[in-house]
Amino acid sequence: MFGKLKFTDIPTDPLILSVVAGMILGGVAVVAALTYFKKWGYLWKEWLTTVDHKKIGIMYIIFAMVMLLRGFADGIMMRTQQALAIGSQQGFMDAHHFDQIFSAHGTIMIIFVAMPFLFGLMNLVIPQQIGARDVAFPVLNNISFWFTAAGGAIMMISLMIGEFSNTGWTGLAPLFEKEYNPGVGVDYWLWAFQIAGIGTTLAGINFFVTIIKMRAPGMNLMKMPIFTWASLTSNVLIIISFPVITAALLLLTMDRYLGMHIFTNDLGGNMMLWNNLFWMWGHPEVYIVVLPAFGVFSEVVPTFSRKRLFGYKTMVYAVAVIMFLSFIVWLHHFFTMANHPNVNIFFGITTMMIAIPTGVKVYNWLFTMYRGSITFTTPMYWTLGFLTLFVLGGMTGVLMAIPPADFMVHNSLFLIAHFHNVLIPGALFGYLAGFSYWFPKAFGFRLNETWGKLSFWGWAVGFTLTFMPLYIAGFMGMPRRLASLSNPEWAPYMYVAVVGALIIGFGIFAMLVQLFLSVKDRKKNMDVTGDAWGDGRTLDWSTASPAADYNFAIIPEVKEIDDFARMKKDGTAYQRPQKYYPIVMPKNKPYGAIIGGLSIAFGFAMVWHIWWLAIGSLIGIIATVIYFGFDDDNEYVIPAEEVKRIEDERFDAIEAFRAQHTINEKEVKK
Amino acid sequence: MNTTEIKNREEAEVIAAEHAHHAELNTFGFWIYLMSDLVIFSVLFATFVVLGKNYAGGPGPKELFHLPYLFIETMFLLLSSVTFGFSMVAMHEHNKKAVITGLIITGLLGLGFIGMELYEFYELIAAGHGPDKSGFLSAFFTLVATHGAHVSFGLLWLIVMIIQLVKQGLSDGVRSRLVRLSLFWHFLDIVWVGVFTFIYLMGMV
Amino acid sequence: MSQSHHENENMGAGHITKKNYIIGFLLATLFTIISFGFVAFKDSMPRSAVVILLSVAALLQMFVHLYYFLHLNKSSEQRWNVIVFAFTALLVFIFVGGTIWVMYTLNLRMM
Repeated sequence: MFGKLKFTDIPTDPLILSVVAGMILGGVAVVAALTYFKKWGYLWKEWLTTVDHKKIGIMYIIFAMVMLLRGFADGIMMRTQQALAIGSQQGFMDAHHFDQIFSAHGTIMIIFVAMPFLFGLMNLVIPQQIGARDVAFPVLNNISFWFTAAGGAIMMISLMIGEFSNTGWTGLAPLFEKEYNPGVGVDYWLWAFQIAGIGTTLAGINFFVTIIKMRAPGMNLMKMPIFTWASLTSNVLIIISFPVITAALLLLTMDRYLGMHIFTNDLGGNMMLWNNLFWMWGHPEVYIVVLPAFGVFSEVVPTFSRKRLFGYKTMVYAVAVIMFLSFIVWLHHFFTMANHPNVNIFFGITTMMIAIPTGVKVYNWLFTMYRGSITFTTPMYWTLGFLTLFVLGGMTGVLMAIPPADFMVHNSLFLIAHFHNVLIPGALFGYLAGFSYWFPKAFGFRLNETWGKLSFWGWAVGFTLTFMPLYIAGFMGMPRRLASLSNPEWAPYMYVAVVGALIIGFGIFAMLVQLFLSVKDRKKNMDVTGDAWGDGRTLDWSTASPAADYNFAIIPEVKEIDDFARMKKDGTAYQRPQKYYPIVMPKNKPYGAIIGGLSIAFGFAMVWHIWWLAIGSLIGIIATVIYFGFDDDNEYVIPAEEVKRIEDERFDAIEAFRAQHTINEKEVKK
Repeated sequence: MNTTEIKNREEAEVIAAEHAHHAELNTFGFWIYLMSDLVIFSVLFATFVVLGKNYAGGPGPKELFHLPYLFIETMFLLLSSVTFGFSMVAMHEHNKKAVITGLIITGLLGLGFIGMELYEFYELIAAGHGPDKSGFLSAFFTLVATHGAHVSFGLLWLIVMIIQLVKQGLSDGVRSRLVRLSLFWHFLDIVWVGVFTFIYLMGMV
Repeated sequence: MSQSHHENENMGAGHITKKNYIIGFLLATLFTIISFGFVAFKDSMPRSAVVILLSVAALLQMFVHLYYFLHLNKSSEQRWNVIVFAFTALLVFIFVGGTIWVMYTLNLRMM
């Protein structure tokens, strides 16, 4: 009836139990609050079933930030364990627990923090940057979010019942096979990954079609904002590479569930095939994650240098070249497979080549700032932190691109330090810059700058103190994924790293304080015009903050790059249109939430071999999709008068605001 | 025309434009999905190439595959592509009845294909050559069954379309969905060309 | 955005006629029979020749399907479809070819 599930699968470890208790209490608190304030209807109608890309974007980012807390918790536990368990000391975790922590940490950070964060930003921003009213497939957009959320739910459930995988976020053949890992851990990892991956692929398709087919008239490809360009390349990578991991996980599913021999070490399986397939996806994945961050920097730097981006064309070519090259470097993740030198050399050279277009981008950002009129806002802090810290990570990557050098440091802490060096100052700082940059656009009020900058310092200093020692320890020979350390010489570096992790913790705390204070003081920091920073150059800054449901009452006719900057210069920004037209909008639909819930049930059922539930939920998902296929009632019309009313209200507010400010300026000048 | 009539006409125009635009987006988006599906199949093909000689002491393609059987199976699927094509021609001639007839014949041919495939699998497994017996068999079954699963979902979709045609006729939504199903169906036949050539025929050489 | 009847005729999926499908079917059947024929008469040719001929026949038949059934052609309506397909095909070549190269070379060294 319940498959393999037994009461004894509820964890008894006090550490895990306390975390689970905390999670359950947190969940109960949320449910209680929603019930008390009678917000269930609102939550369902306005958020969970929304097809509005701006709201879906916000949900993605909230989800990413919550998962960041869990991923960080895993991280600080690892740092603590490695600072304690030296020589004869055991620390506070046994090896089996530690293995699950590092496996969960990687899975969460890549699949459930980075991916949702970047999709959150793309959702919020892209339609507004290209002059569109929504994405190409609004209901699919909602469904994609729910697939990711379902995967995340399965991750969280794995903490409460059973255990997680011990084979890393990358999997290990043949350790992850049924014979060596008959328990549920690997299956939890497999289904969380697979389900989230399907959501990601669908979202990639959605954004690709949106960018290619829904740009405003006049916005040809070489006039798009660079964030949109970077997102386009990221989505191409998603569409082509995610199917690889879908197939690879399918093959592993065949091995584990039907006793096949794809990656086993007997009866004709090939274990290294797993590494090959995983990294054929895995390498493009890290570029999927970093390219949108580069895109954010390309928006932030011109805005806060009050200068157009230097080298637009070369920026586009650079992201396109990075995209192409990222498909032909994957073997650098397993140079030590000891393949033929010719194979290693080929991939080593292609890996080194990726540094070139990346370098072009760094120089372009620097040249944009040169002789610009710079304001040091929070997004700019994140950007400067990125420029200083990321380059080192890139350089250590080039170091490891040389196969003989890589043989020395493969799977050591040097590798760990390298990829955190590119992921944190690269991807995460980019997302956080995007978060603080576009927060006013999403919510209509600005964030507290002081605590934003404090958060930055926490992250930047904390990151440096955590990971620079790891570079050294790696050179000293310390391998990755160690639950306990035999060599006391590594100890000092572990101590410094724990301090660094605590400082990152402060950075996270500062962000929470920032959110709290910003919400409290929101009335004092309203963005009335929609051009929250005053120097917005792209179309997303021409809409209201937050934008109306339809984004643009009249779809703009684009003339050049940074068209909003041109409009402001020409004096044609904020002109009331002569005539308004009715606008067709997509209707909210429950299919995403339903499919999401059924996916959680399906994943759970597959993990625990509860076959009736697995089949039932799968049939339910198919039935929902078929029902969706019969639903042609998917739009409503906003009448022209209603559009006029909304727009008039906005223009009135803008005029009043500007009048007020001109008076203030005149008073100041006196 | 009075204001209400102007308003209604404006709204109708705006809606019609949206529908036309959406139909094109739907087709293009579905094509992109098919590209992602192509990558999934290519990974399964690559896996078969890597594991294709790992018989683990058991039988290989020469012992297990039968050319005449494969040829009939292939013609079932190829013919079904043509009959679907005829349905699409009928759709453009607004001939609802011919569309439904074409879809039914397509479905029967597709069912024939699946039936033959399932029987082949049954025979193999009953003779002790199931997917759990060797890397070669694992790769073979996974690839061919994934293709078969796609065809089966296509058949389910065909049934849904026939029902929709009977209930709503050739509405905008039905036409758009039929276009997407046609892309899906033809794509699966292209994948099958790869399967029967590189998995079956190549193995016999 | 063009509202031409021609473009909207198949919602971006190309212009279709019964003739296209019949020609496509005949060509595809021909290539199928040829492929089966190569295998039936494989003993009269060197193995490498059969392998190449089978591959070519399969590739040509796929093009037949793409042109006659999926209406991919040089027209401007089909341009994005063709670009997207060509790009995917290139990546498939890289993934499959790369996998074969990597795994085959490794296999040699493991023997």
